[in-house]
Amino acid sequence: MNYETVLTTCTYCGCGCGLLLEVLDGEVVGTLPQKDHVINEGGACIKGWNAHEFIYHEGRLKHPLIRKDNSFKEASWEEALEVVVTCLKKIKEENGPDSIAGLTSARCTNEENYVFQKWMRAVIGTNNVDHCARL
Amino acid sequence: MDKTREKMKRMLEEKEVSAILALRRNHGHPTPFLFTKAEELKDWVADEANRYPLTKLLIKIARKHQSDVIGIIVRGCEERSLVELLKNFQLRQGKVKAIGIACSQELANRCRCDQPFPSQVEEGQVAKPATDFSDLEEIEKLTEEDRFQYWMSQFGKCIKCYGCRNICPACFCPTCTLEDANLIKPGGMPPEIPIFHLHKAYHMADRCIDCGLCEEACPMGIPVRRLYRRVKKSVKDLFGYIPGEKEDEKGPLEFLGDGSYELPGAGK
Ligand code: SF4
Ligand code: SF4
Ligand code: SF4
Repeated sequence: MNYETVLTTCTYCGCGCGLLLEVLDGEVVGTLPQKDHVINEGGACIKGWNAHEFIYHEGRLKHPLIRKDNSFKEASWEEALEVVVTCLKKIKEENGPDSIAGLTSARCTNEENYVFQKWMRAVIGTNNVDHCARL
Repeated sequence: MDKTREKMKRMLEEKEVSAILALRRNHGHPTPFLFTKAEELKDWVADEANRYPLTKLLIKIARKHQSDVIGIIVRGCEERSLVELLKNFQLRQGKVKAIGIACSQELANRCRCDQPFPSQVEEGQVAKPATDFSDLEEIEKLTEEDRFQYWMSQFGKCIKCYGCRNICPACFCPTCTLEDANLIKPGGMPPEIPIFHLHKAYHMADRCIDCGLCEEACPMGIPVRRLYRRVKKSVKDLFGYIPGEKEDEKGPLEFLGDGSYELPGAGK
């Protein structure tokens, strides 16, 4: 028998509410807003209260998918990245860096988001970067 | 809290309980944790600033581990919520062992608490009741029209997070009225008012143990506890019933109709 609550930060928007994930026998079974968090002080919105639900959602992507003949096929990371590199290079060469935009995610850490915008600017060469949490 | 810690240790070592649900210091933050080993108890904290609905969290643990007897640290309000959960069959008699702790006077005052202690306390000073209904009295002085306006402007702030329901240690139905599209129109923000809040209030009337967790959890600062205190008062005045008090006494709203409760007459 094992039950603990794990401190984490909500991944839904830019507020950064402190959450506790309830873990019962290795399975995430619920979310509680963290009482002593400076941002949310024990409250959360409806998304935060249900932040654990996507974890086991059947629609969750667990592998890269590549579109072939109008349907998605499971692929390895090597194959997937190869497609991304080839396509981005081609678009950049043909239409210039500003024909590419990057949209990053609140599900990543601050550091990952930093690296992403840096990569868009320094490698791709565009300022077209945004983030899904800019609500 | 050394005596209580000793007691918890003994209970685990002598296998009186399989585990004890309480708060543990977790990276400096008091968070709910199920202690299964005596050596883990060094991190146990009886924190007063961060109250979590431990008795409610126990429901899902107990449901999965039905043959285990599980201990739980309870304050006065938590013991009262245990009473409600047991009598409403959310927890099983004999499978829960409460270990009582008393609240400080400071906490009792902050909670405006009637009974800041459980029926049995291991150690420490028991605080004096800090009964304070000035919040209700203040609003009841208003005219009906002003009172309605007051509540409508409060309810209008609601972002429908369901936090007041989710945190409540006396709220447990798997199918919730607040999500019933036939009763409350879905899809709007704020939710349909005042019906959203009145439904919750009605359901809490013979269950609310006045712990105040709902109001603490409301991100919009809506004084929902005030509303529940009002309906709780009506139930007390009409039926002489106080939720969380006696395990063998059913809530009157559940029992109406079979003759076991007689309305003593209006105004009594
Ligand atoms: S409501 Fe009463 S028993 Fe509960 S924490 Fe506050 S003072 Fe303690
Ligand atoms: S005070 Fe609020 S959280 Fe506590 S039992 Fe009553 S309705 Fe539930
Ligand atoms: S906690 Fe407050 S904002 Fe959330 S549903 Fe309840 S009343 Fe509305």
